[in-house]
Amino acid sequence: MAIFLLRRLGAAVVLVFVIATMTFLLMSMTGGDPARNILGDGATVEQVAAKSAELGLDQPLAVRYVDWLGAAITGDFGRSWFTNEPVMTSLANKFPVSLSVVVTAILVTALLSAVLGVTAAVKRGWIDRFVQMFAVLGFALPNFWVALILVTVFAVNLKILPATGFVPFATDPVRWLLGLILPVGALVVGTIASTAQQVRGATIDVLRQDYVRTLRSRGISHRSLLFRHVLRNAAPPALTVLSLQFVGLLGGAIIIEKIFALPGIGSLAVNATLQGDLPQILGLVVVMVVLVVIVNLVIDLLTGWLNPKARVS
Amino acid sequence: MSEALIPAGAVVAVAATGRQKLYRRVLKNPMAVVSLVILALVVLSAVFAGQITGWDPGRADLNDALAPPFGEHLLGADASGRDVLARLFFGARVSLIGALIALATALAIGIPTGLIAGYFQGWFDSLSSWFASLLMAMPGLIVVLALISVIGPGMVGVMVTFGALLSPGVFRLTRSGVVSVRRELYIDAAKVSGLSDYRIISRHVLGVIRAPLVIQASMIAGIAIVLQAGLEFLGVGDSSTASWGQMLSEAFSNIYVAPTMILWPGLIIGLTVGSLAIFGAALRDTVQGAEPVRRVRRRKPSSVEDTATRRLDLSTAATAAVVSPRNGGQEDLEPNDALLVVRDLQVGYPQPDGSTTIVVDGVSLHVDRGEVLGLVGESGSGKSQTAFSILGLLPDTGAIIGGSISFAGRTIASADGAAHGAAALRGRQFGYIPQEPMSNLDPSFTLGFQLVEPMRQILGLSRPAAKAKALELLDRVGIADPRRTFDAYPHEVSGGMAQRVLIAGAVACDPELLIADEPTTALDVTVQAEVLDLLRGLQRERSMGMIMVTHNFGVLADICDRVAVMQAGRLVEQADALELFDDPHNPYTRMLLSSTLENTEPRSARSAQPVSSRGTAR
Repeated sequence: MAIFLLRRLGAAVVLVFVIATMTFLLMSMTGGDPARNILGDGATVEQVAAKSAELGLDQPLAVRYVDWLGAAITGDFGRSWFTNEPVMTSLANKFPVSLSVVVTAILVTALLSAVLGVTAAVKRGWIDRFVQMFAVLGFALPNFWVALILVTVFAVNLKILPATGFVPFATDPVRWLLGLILPVGALVVGTIASTAQQVRGATIDVLRQDYVRTLRSRGISHRSLLFRHVLRNAAPPALTVLSLQFVGLLGGAIIIEKIFALPGIGSLAVNATLQGDLPQILGLVVVMVVLVVIVNLVIDLLTGWLNPKARVS
Repeated sequence: MSEALIPAGAVVAVAATGRQKLYRRVLKNPMAVVSLVILALVVLSAVFAGQITGWDPGRADLNDALAPPFGEHLLGADASGRDVLARLFFGARVSLIGALIALATALAIGIPTGLIAGYFQGWFDSLSSWFASLLMAMPGLIVVLALISVIGPGMVGVMVTFGALLSPGVFRLTRSGVVSVRRELYIDAAKVSGLSDYRIISRHVLGVIRAPLVIQASMIAGIAIVLQAGLEFLGVGDSSTASWGQMLSEAFSNIYVAPTMILWPGLIIGLTVGSLAIFGAALRDTVQGAEPVRRVRRRKPSSVEDTATRRLDLSTAATAAVVSPRNGGQEDLEPNDALLVVRDLQVGYPQPDGSTTIVVDGVSLHVDRGEVLGLVGESGSGKSQTAFSILGLLPDTGAIIGGSISFAGRTIASADGAAHGAAALRGRQFGYIPQEPMSNLDPSFTLGFQLVEPMRQILGLSRPAAKAKALELLDRVGIADPRRTFDAYPHEVSGGMAQRVLIAGAVACDPELLIADEPTTALDVTVQAEVLDLLRGLQRERSMGMIMVTHNFGVLADICDRVAVMQAGRLVEQADALELFDDPHNPYTRMLLSSTLENTEPRSARSAQPVSSRGTAR
């Protein structure tokens, strides 16, 4: 188990490093003059040159890369070119908001799709048809459109839930939760639809296995068969889907945050993109990838814990 | 996100189905037809947008701002007074072309790399598989946003990037499809006959993955449309032309003034993407429908193969097999103290077309205490189905449709479904030994746990007591180091060991009847004899009744007291074991005997005096 853990950890570090390097190179090799963009057309050539020197853009690419990487390892992504705020500070302010949405969404997805998927696999009948239809619907409807409909119905017409705004958990847990209902609701329609479908398929696969029949021949109770043996064996593929959902949700949250005016990474990402704020974007990408890698690692560990075979491979 | 949508079985199933036939069958699926029609309409409206609407999608007229639907503008006008319907039609161009670019990129990257990785494997396989998982770990929208800040908001660049990010799904699908066929014999044959790698790949391999790829492609196109609309909605897309996402974004700004404006672009996206998803699902269902309803076991064909796969239809059942004379009227001769009595058992599998496939037809047999009944016949003769009926473990798709089963004088199963006694007897009175040791152990739990769990549930033993008994049993079934085996997982032991553990599990709760379904077929020849000895020993010391399902006459000669021969779902002969070997009455039995025993001696003559019930042979 320790070797399994170390190998996964090593692979994760390599992954972060490669993506960070790729992003840096890709974004630094762009044409155009960032210093000119920042200062605007009115600036003189001397001013632009001074700005370039200030940002270190007059250095060779290799030097800039080593500097950036050295600082990034210590958690310092530099300062935004436009607001001059340290990238790490703005990320630390914005990420908790996005994460409350994404993590809540993933938990709700895990819970509801497990219940729906297993029930559909075991009971079949109408709930099975519902899960299948829901899968198509959830795939077809963009989550930001679902969000717009939810806003129209619950905030504009019924006025029972807030349309916009974010209250930190520490300030008021109840209002924090109320504010999350619509964004999370919009995000999970799609993720539940596809995850429940996967759970259903995995459960049906396990139910068809020879060992399930043999366990039944041993007189094992139905409950223990389902919750101990079937769920445990069906969980790894479902967990893999869940880790992919997390990646998708991080992107989805950016759009959803615009609709609900949540002060998360969404507006940061869009503004940085429109302005070409290199340090901000690099910081954002690296932190995102680290998050994804951590989630994948946790899911790998969970899979290894559930499935003894995965530990050796 | 999309690679998991296609089941592993799909790839292989398609190989067996003709390509042309498959597409013809898809077109018989109404869902597929409806979704294709909708997609065609969307495409046509995009192509002929200028011809079907008189409005210019870009022409703003503030007099018409937020004009209601069904007036001069069929779906109304937006806040700038532009015609909504025209913008939907022209917006379809952006979405469809964008989806096509993304799809083409994903296929252009995914298929060649997947083919090379799967066919040649080696370093390229490891590298590209690693790269694929790297791409999948990237949050797509962020990457695209980062890229837009570099390359600008041009649609082509953005959609190519999306396509690259979606290519791992295609890569993995192609690779696994290739890996699954490259070991097939016909690929070897093609290699031997001198076909070049290129020809083999394009002729044989691509054909197999075609249908799964179409399914995957429909998913990718759908995802691309949604992602693109999302970017436009964020306002970082190309704002010069009308697009669905941009319309949603504008409707969002006016959500308090004109809330219905968000409906149209959302509905058209939902309709388009939904049609893609439904078409993919319909194709997948068609592909999966090509799989046989029942799992077909692969086994060495015997000399009488024409009957092996034959299934009986209700209509022909009455005129089927010849029943030998000594089989007749057996119910009258049944001993009163029989442990298990099966009367006129009929097992059927209802088919989608309303008919029923009968796999067991009118089988009557009985087992006494301490007696070993051999149930012999070839694959598909219904012997395993008979065994599962007794255990109450028929698959959900099958059912007992005639006759009854009783155990120790109590009816446990009948056609009307009134008696469901088997569930209560499993583990307690019935022990079951399966054929394949490896697939019959739960891979996620230790062998010890799988032995202890039923003992605790059924015998109510404490954890230490159950463990002590499990170790004792492991020792009894001939496992050298019971403690180590107790803590091992199924993948850590050999097939022979696993079978011993399964035998220990079957007798753990002291059953009175043991049902063994070809318990030695999957084992090495040397292990087979040991396992048979073990079974015989256990059966005698506990004086259990036993049904030995087999197609091996050596096994029969070894341990059975009485033998029942099955053919195509019917019982054709039932006799004392020695009598059957000496003088088989039924021609089918003779054929089986001569084919199996040719040039081989029965392994050993039974020397022990038969147990109580020899006299019941007829």
